[in-house]
Amino acid sequence: MTTAAASRSLSSTVVSARARRGWGDRLFRGLARGAALSLILLVTAMIIGMAGAAMPSFRAFGWRFLYTSTWDPVAETFGALPFVYGTLVSSLLALVIAVPLGLGAAIFLAELAPVWIRPPITFLVELVAAVPSVVFGLWGIFVLAPWLRNWVQPALGASLGFLPLFQGPPYGVGMLAAGIILAIMIVPFITAVSREVLLAVPNTQREAALGLGATRWETTRIAVLRYGKSGLIGAVLLGLGRALGETMAVTMVIGNRPEVAISLFAPGYTMASVIANEFTEATSDLYLGALIEIGLLLFAVTVIVNALARLLVWSVGGAVKQVRE
Amino acid sequence: MNRWLAGLLCSLPAVLGSGVQPVAAQMLMNGAGATFPYPIYSKWFDEYARVDQGARFNYQSIGSGGGIRQITARTVDFGASDGPMTDDQLGKAPGNLLHIPTVLGAVVTTYNLAGNPKLRFTPDILADIFLGRITKWNDAKIAAVNPGVSLPDQAILVVHRSDGSGTTYIWVDYLSKVSKEWDAKVGRGTSVNWPVGLGGKGNEGVAGQIKNTPGALGYVELAYAIKNNLPAASVRNAAGKFVEPSIETTTAAAAASATNMPADFRVSLTNPPGDHAYPIASFTWLLVYKDQPDETKGKLLVKFLWWMIHDGQKYTSDLLYAPLPPQVVKQVEARLGEITYQGKPLLAAR
Repeated sequence: MTTAAASRSLSSTVVSARARRGWGDRLFRGLARGAALSLILLVTAMIIGMAGAAMPSFRAFGWRFLYTSTWDPVAETFGALPFVYGTLVSSLLALVIAVPLGLGAAIFLAELAPVWIRPPITFLVELVAAVPSVVFGLWGIFVLAPWLRNWVQPALGASLGFLPLFQGPPYGVGMLAAGIILAIMIVPFITAVSREVLLAVPNTQREAALGLGATRWETTRIAVLRYGKSGLIGAVLLGLGRALGETMAVTMVIGNRPEVAISLFAPGYTMASVIANEFTEATSDLYLGALIEIGLLLFAVTVIVNALARLLVWSVGGAVKQVRE
Repeated sequence: MNRWLAGLLCSLPAVLGSGVQPVAAQMLMNGAGATFPYPIYSKWFDEYARVDQGARFNYQSIGSGGGIRQITARTVDFGASDGPMTDDQLGKAPGNLLHIPTVLGAVVTTYNLAGNPKLRFTPDILADIFLGRITKWNDAKIAAVNPGVSLPDQAILVVHRSDGSGTTYIWVDYLSKVSKEWDAKVGRGTSVNWPVGLGGKGNEGVAGQIKNTPGALGYVELAYAIKNNLPAASVRNAAGKFVEPSIETTTAAAAASATNMPADFRVSLTNPPGDHAYPIASFTWLLVYKDQPDETKGKLLVKFLWWMIHDGQKYTSDLLYAPLPPQVVKQVEARLGEITYQGKPLLAAR
């Protein structure tokens, strides 16, 4: 305000230009704020609407909904545990497979690959990202599941069968198939975003590391990956978000059995899948309420997993830094 | 006023499209519901638009549950469902809702066994397999009704639908009728708490899983099994005869039930009497209000329904649905006569 008053005495043209600019700034600020607020309003409205529709289920089951595992639409007894478990395990499995693959591909594309080969590979990666999930699902039923049943699962059972993770009859479809399908679906996201992040790392970082006598690997690790850490975490979280919410492809290969089983060979179920499977035919208010409560739960799980992932990475990152210092 | 506007809006594209030809105002009829009869419904709507230039249909195949919800809320002119509405659901509707049977569907048992033998099942065997009591193909019960078939010492992998569906309803309705244990433990519904097995999404998910897994057994729609040349087991019916699933034996199931058909057609056709009746079959229904809220639309709807149960039935066999038997057509005719607008029958005023 004081600067405006000072400039007014200096020159009237400057004042009018400034006033105009101030007015434009205010408008811009208002619009941007409105856009941000509308997002918050939208999410709030969604939560309120869903909570209202889920009310019959809240009333009937209370907290039991979270830790019981019976899902019986005929008797109208509903428990969400197998779905929460299935969503978390399949997404975790997908990350375990997809993060090394996706980051590796991104590092290759951004740092190591000959320049002429980068555009075609990048194009292919983006192409895979655009494949509809039902196509992945069909491929899962007709190619991946038989392959898992005939080759991978017997081999895993024979070599690592002492672990409870790899026991039981090989069906092909099940948690393992879902994890692999999800991994294939999120690799392109992780790769594409990570590549952009790595490309945005200033060259001076690399030059400094190389100048200090670092090897190619040391340069990448110390100067590039660490610099782009938060962006890379963003890439992984984007992939995780897609894995948590993926519906069609997972439904087609996970076996759709609401059970908590330790073995990755066993069939499972996810939250998004049960909603997609049963929503259209859910006629009673309680049944519908239970499905909508699962939707709310998916919302909550996504938020919690994202928060935990950030916390985890921050704490690990901090600890490493301290040791180095 | 509203109707006039709607008519004008609907006819606008037609007028623009047809150029010089004057076209009568078109009426848009909205419907929603069952997915199972969607192919025959869209064929009918398409054919009927040629018979009656004034009619246009918009049908959303959102599932029977959605169809029941929407007709109850009166957001559509007609609903469609693969399972009859319960008394509770009918009580919630703002008017008297009629069930009009349209076609028949059947559900068949399909399987993956080396050599593709033709198999026969009794109701007990099917219930025991789905309850997890029979777990091996060479079980004595299966062998007893399949003499001459070499059954392997292989685990049976049960595959069922994971999505809520009318197909599942027909299947478990049958199991509930033939097995007290199933009725008590699992019951009937579009989705149930399966004692054993894997869930596949849609007919194609179930069939795909069975095709890929030696020793698998599951159920799919008759039409889907015929189109894809899947093996389909004969099932012993209430008369004690083993009947192969086909369009004829499905229609026979409805004909056998025609004598004691309830007036509202809310009937389960599974396990009917009759030597030739295939026991796992059902109607699928359109849901319409007995007292129509709009005279023009009501007249159009009744006219269409009349056409559907007569001329429309000839399109069923191409699409592998079973047509209504003549006895049932007669019964539906009488029912259509009861649809009214402000107490005035709409059929007489055709």
